[in-house]
Amino acid sequence: MSSVPEPVEPEVLVARGLFKRSVWDWCYAVGLVLGSGWVLQRFGQWMDGYEQVILVAAVVALITLAWHWSAIRNLMWVLIAVSLCSVYWYQGQIARAQEVFFLKYLISSQTAIMWMCFFYALSALSYWSGLLGRVAALTAAGTRLLWVGVTAGLVGLLVRWYESYLISVDVGHIPISNLYEVFVLFTIITGLLYLYYEARYATRQLGAFVMLVVLAAVWFILWYTFDRGAHEIQPLVPALQSWWMKIHVPANFIGYGSFAIAAMIACAALLVDRGWLTQILPTPAVMDDLMYKVIALGFTFFTIATILGAMWAAEAWGGYWSWDPKETWALIVWLNYAAWLHMRLIKGVRGPLLAWWAVIGLFVTMFAFVGVNMFLSGLHSYGQL
Amino acid sequence: MGQWSRWQALYTLFSSMRFAISLLSVLAIASVVGTVLKQAEPYANYIAQFGPFWFPVFEALGLYDVYHASWFLTILAFLVLSTSSCIYRNGPSMLQEMASYRDKVTVRTLQRLPMQMTLPLEQSLQACQAQVEAYLFRHGFRYRVTARGAGGADILIAAKAGSYHRLGYLFTHCGIVVICVGGLIDGNLPLKALQWTGQKVIEVRDIPQSQVPAQSRLGPDNQSFRGNVNIPEGSSANVVFLNVGDGYFVQDLPFTVALNKFHIEHYTTGQPRDFASDIVLTDRQTGERIERTIRVNHPLIHRGIAIYQASFADGGTRMQFRAWPLFSQKPQPFDIAGVVHQSTTIHNGQTELRLEVADFRPFNIEDLSVNNTPQEPVKTAGVAARVFAQMGSGAADASRQDLRNVGPSVQFRLRDAQGQASEFSNYMLPLQLEGAWYLMSGVRASPNASFRYLRLPLDSQGRIERYMRLRALLLDAKSWPLLGQRFAAQAGGSAVTPQLRARLAESAERVLQLFATNGFQSVSDFIDQSVPEAERDKAAEIYVKVLEGVALAAWQWDNQQHTPTTSMDDPQALRFVRDTLTSVSDSFAYGAPFYVQLTQFEEVKASGLQLTRAPGQNIVYGGCLLLVLGIFVMLYIRERRLWILLQAAHSDTHAQMVVAMASNRNTLDNDQEFIHHQQAFAAMSKG
Ligand code: HEM
Repeated sequence: MSSVPEPVEPEVLVARGLFKRSVWDWCYAVGLVLGSGWVLQRFGQWMDGYEQVILVAAVVALITLAWHWSAIRNLMWVLIAVSLCSVYWYQGQIARAQEVFFLKYLISSQTAIMWMCFFYALSALSYWSGLLGRVAALTAAGTRLLWVGVTAGLVGLLVRWYESYLISVDVGHIPISNLYEVFVLFTIITGLLYLYYEARYATRQLGAFVMLVVLAAVWFILWYTFDRGAHEIQPLVPALQSWWMKIHVPANFIGYGSFAIAAMIACAALLVDRGWLTQILPTPAVMDDLMYKVIALGFTFFTIATILGAMWAAEAWGGYWSWDPKETWALIVWLNYAAWLHMRLIKGVRGPLLAWWAVIGLFVTMFAFVGVNMFLSGLHSYGQL
Repeated sequence: MGQWSRWQALYTLFSSMRFAISLLSVLAIASVVGTVLKQAEPYANYIAQFGPFWFPVFEALGLYDVYHASWFLTILAFLVLSTSSCIYRNGPSMLQEMASYRDKVTVRTLQRLPMQMTLPLEQSLQACQAQVEAYLFRHGFRYRVTARGAGGADILIAAKAGSYHRLGYLFTHCGIVVICVGGLIDGNLPLKALQWTGQKVIEVRDIPQSQVPAQSRLGPDNQSFRGNVNIPEGSSANVVFLNVGDGYFVQDLPFTVALNKFHIEHYTTGQPRDFASDIVLTDRQTGERIERTIRVNHPLIHRGIAIYQASFADGGTRMQFRAWPLFSQKPQPFDIAGVVHQSTTIHNGQTELRLEVADFRPFNIEDLSVNNTPQEPVKTAGVAARVFAQMGSGAADASRQDLRNVGPSVQFRLRDAQGQASEFSNYMLPLQLEGAWYLMSGVRASPNASFRYLRLPLDSQGRIERYMRLRALLLDAKSWPLLGQRFAAQAGGSAVTPQLRARLAESAERVLQLFATNGFQSVSDFIDQSVPEAERDKAAEIYVKVLEGVALAAWQWDNQQHTPTTSMDDPQALRFVRDTLTSVSDSFAYGAPFYVQLTQFEEVKASGLQLTRAPGQNIVYGGCLLLVLGIFVMLYIRERRLWILLQAAHSDTHAQMVVAMASNRNTLDNDQEFIHHQQAFAAMSKG
């Protein structure tokens, strides 16, 4: 007779009905609905129908997300408060970024992005010293610092969005339109996705690995800023002036971020496979499961993003598929992960082979993300280096 | 091997996982080729790149249009075949699985599953059954109860949840097949077939479209195409051009598109903000007229043909030029008319040149700041200083830029009788540089070089005539004695003897003669030849002084002839004279015997439209929907099966409860969930 194990409450079975939500959950939902209602009423006349739908869908998504993962709720309150402060301090004049202390040193977009980089670096340091020194308090600090970094990055993007309208109303646009902006977005999405899985799986030790990708992106952002001056807000070329951008780009970066996390977990898994850090890192089974979950999520969003891209292309360039280098590389990335999923789900492959495959997958992804802009030219040449 | 079993083997291969994964990899690698090698370039570029030996080899491999090459399409076809046979092979059993409760399992099977437990049953079978059913219902399981064992005394409750997971497989794989089919419909297979059978032939000549023969024309009934056409304002088009290989086909349209006006708007930084075309579409059959403005991201769709704003160009702007001979004794300017994309012949004495007007730009935004790169000091400053400099908004640092509209410009080539040409870029309006005004003319010998600019100084009235007269004076041997004397007359003061003045005049003439051969270059060459090295700097200084003096004398003489009212000592005179000397000197390397000044223009723009008909588009979108739906179902619906076998007491065994769980996905979630079930069922077994 088998013995009955200790009781646990698995996440999957914790059914929480609509009416079992906390007061805070409801406050948050009502706050977002009222806020977006006000936005629609006040600014709706300048948004086209699609943009209004996107706003409503975003509110629904943000409520669902926060009900599922309460940390998002706090993040959103902070972001809303900071955004309102920036509107108040700017008083409609972009030049005040240099004059008002809190703007200049705290929340003007470039400053916030610098803070973001700084906190990412601190977070990586904490995670690594916590991992190698086996100090739980340090890894815990890594998590908190990562939260601060992600928040600073989001503040940077939100304020940048507002600043673009202050430069000139016709210049105003969502800051996900060039390589600099999407790199910031990439670090934020990677950070948030990782924080989510960390909370679900209680795997703080993996933070050190994930932060390596984030640090690489930070290095790129700094180089791009200081060497190329790429941080300056540029107006949008006509092809990019479309509501499609607001859904295509974020979906893509959920894909890229997931693939990056999967590759870093794969690195950790490969170390364990060689017998390194076995005492500290999660078990192979946990990492394997995580890797699958992350790739599955990334694959789903990447599929959606590619399809959205095709639909946008049909509207902007006159064809849903032109075999343009960026499109083709998106297909290559997609085929790669489709093959990965088949190997795992149907062939039942596990272990180092899949881990190596995930690592190589990151290189393929990175080429699709940056390499194409650097080495190949095509219709997508907005983000040329 | 029999015929049948051979097919069987092929089918097994196609529907196998290994084959599918291999195909995915091959397709990915094949796709890389087309991104590395630029596709659909003019063939001349490929010849230049690969040389005459490799060019035909790569052409035969279809590398210049990989994605339409037959081998590439074959891979795609195999993918469709493989996926279809996979569906055919797995689909039915998956549907069966979905419907089944798998209630035929035996105790032994259950007890061999990884997730199972057996507990003594301490309450009645029926009471326990009721509890189990309620529990399963609460947790979203569907179940079936069957009697088991000898005399049907045992009870098996077979439960399942998330069995729609299997639909995910069908959706994704059908989605892929549907997408490929839609893509093939929109591909150029029918046209390729017509080409192979020789019914259609690519046109490679550059001839007016009306003269293109029927064998290179496609009728309006062509179901799928993607072509381009440029329409100048005030003109219309009823065909588009499909670029194929190194030539094109002419696609006849069922309507006529006329362009009334093309609009282009710019941001203050000069980047384009909006392209839009006011078009009028007239249906050839119904005569229906549609007037609409199309812009980027906002196409017009008529009869399944979508009309996109794709590009823009000059549509034949008409211009007036004034050509100023640079090296003739009597510099009489003369007027020429020109049209963009056309050429005219200029006769000037014996020389004959072709003026080929390439492009016209109605305005140019230039950064006129001295420092239009990030400032050096910031770069060398410490890290902290650099970071501080970056803090603030994302707005461009206004102090670093000085963006200004410097007005219209024209690009043209001047081709001589030998066919040699230099390319020019001339601004219509003068530009103020370091406080003085100039006309600017850029020149380059090859399209890859950057323009070198010749500055032509303007006088205080902003006219070019004085410069032209002055340079004619300086270059004309007949005026040298006069200029030499006038220069000598002003030199020194009363102390200078007449002999000295004569010598001065003579050397001034010599310097002019030198200068007139090749500008400062010939003066400098002369010094290098005739002056000892130690004294060259000093000599050069003296020569330049003399040249400036003579030129000043020329300026004064010209002033007396033409504008007697102007005072003799204009403070700008020396600057003007120096600029003139520089300009004359540079003009020896200018590469043209004229300066072509743009005097008037009447702009005509052309809009580049792309017209596509893609009947497969909605099929592809349908396939995409299936694909996404399928992926969600497959990844986020977990199939789980639970079996609860309640066994009554037998002669040799107690009553017991066997619980087992299975899933087609091995994830940690299952283990966690089973632990939860174990506790619940353990409690039920006790009653
Ligand atoms: C040719 C292109 C193909 C593509 C792009 C493709 C794509 C996919 C995708 C995206 C999934 C979902 C994986 C997941 O759960 O996340 C999947 C699952 C699957 N594929 Fe394919 N597939 C292809 C061909 C094939 C072929 C030829 C077979 C036949 C052996 C096959 C068999 C399966 C099976 C059995 C599953 C898993 C179903 C399940 O157990 O849930 N696939 N495929």
